[in-house]
Amino acid sequence: MNTEAHKTVLYDEHVALGAHMVEFHGSLMPMEYAGIIAEHTKVRNDCGIFDVSHMGELEVRGEGAFRFLQHAITNDLSKSYPGKALYSPLCNEQGGIVDDIIVYCFSRDHYLLVVNSANRQKDFAWLQGQAALFDGVVCNDISDTTALIAVQGPRAEGILGSLLTGDISSVPRYTFRTVSCRGIEVMAARTGYTGEDGFELFIAVSEAALLWRALLAGGASPCGLGARDTLRLEACYPLYGNELTDETTPLEACLSWAVSLEKGEFVGGEVLRRQSREGMSRKLVGFEVVDRGIARSGYPVSNGDGKVIGAVTSGTFGPHVKKNIGLAYVGRQHSAVGSRIFIQIRNSATAARVVARPFYRTEALLYKK
Amino acid sequence: MKKYTKTHEWVEPDGTRATVGITDHAQGELRDIVFIELPKKGAGVSQGAACAVVESVKAAFDIYAPLSGKVIEINPKIEEDPSLVNQDPEGAGWFFKIEIADAAELDGLLDEVTYYKLLRGEAQ
Repeated sequence: MNTEAHKTVLYDEHVALGAHMVEFHGSLMPMEYAGIIAEHTKVRNDCGIFDVSHMGELEVRGEGAFRFLQHAITNDLSKSYPGKALYSPLCNEQGGIVDDIIVYCFSRDHYLLVVNSANRQKDFAWLQGQAALFDGVVCNDISDTTALIAVQGPRAEGILGSLLTGDISSVPRYTFRTVSCRGIEVMAARTGYTGEDGFELFIAVSEAALLWRALLAGGASPCGLGARDTLRLEACYPLYGNELTDETTPLEACLSWAVSLEKGEFVGGEVLRRQSREGMSRKLVGFEVVDRGIARSGYPVSNGDGKVIGAVTSGTFGPHVKKNIGLAYVGRQHSAVGSRIFIQIRNSATAARVVARPFYRTEALLYKK
Repeated sequence: MKKYTKTHEWVEPDGTRATVGITDHAQGELRDIVFIELPKKGAGVSQGAACAVVESVKAAFDIYAPLSGKVIEINPKIEEDPSLVNQDPEGAGWFFKIEIADAAELDGLLDEVTYYKLLRGEAQ
């Protein structure tokens, strides 16, 4: 990075907690506090909080907002309603993924888009370019005035609920509600990136430290980007830059559930319809390493004959599943569950097996649709 | 007497043999160790060359041989439970033992005082 790293509003809190700080896409972020495995375990069994204020928040307003976003995203925005959070890829004309985002609907002419920090400028420029084709659409980047704290884990509802005026237990998954915490207005969305039940809290930056401290005092443990990555990987949530890039399509990335080929024209729709008809040459799969070794992003994947059939996009030791797991793009004929594949780890072709995704699923999420 | 490398390995000679591991500072920097790849028994290692791999949750790191020699024993316990290296890096978390090829190589290593000065940024 050539410019000075950005500090989130909670930077001083992280340093005071002894966090190991790292630069991540231009922001100084906590990698870990007590240790990645300890934090991962806290989120699976108890409650962890994450500063994710580095994420970008883009606001779309105006009478053309619905028509514009329906054209811009791959998911069907007509499934949305005030209070609804909708996950969607954002594609380029070639069907490649510009970003994966969550669209929060306040009304048919007011939406909030949460985008990946690395893509904030790219997304904003891309959205403005697309918005110019529609009447009555205004896009604003409100990232610098918005803080975002994720509260995740089986105790998230209890800890957060005890701090709030207003009920959150009845907030369904993938919806949000505006509540109040000690007089602070909080937009609480039942979303997350850990595979656990939990909330993501949008607040004004001026109030973020107060809410952060209240959550800690309530019994939540601070967690860093390290645990966020291992948690999302056990839950098989894709990461932009790893599984998702400008060159991969949502169908290849197993995101067809977030692509509506029937909703009418949208950016990338033509390519995706053709790919859906004709089939894909490669597919994202989950795998477990059978031999000893940890797969890492970029390691080649081969078949039994030593022929390269794909590449690893993410790999780690899964602290909860206690296996060496990963995601990889492989040729379609190798993508069936049970397929034997080999990961090139340093000098050895290490046996692995394609397994059903996700690696981890909690019952708590099955009951909360 | 234990000797150290600038790359944070330790070696403890005992006659013609020596035990090798990574320092407490190294395990602290690596944090949660979840995988270790050791050289094979009987393999040769060369001073300063990569001879083992330690992986944290986030990434893989090479470990360099403090001395040249032949591997005569490895510590299977740290392969089964890599966290042993976090808990006791300079004791039960040892990596392997070698038959020393050239005892003169020991002279180029750091003694304890110098190594800890290096950690405090006081020596080169």
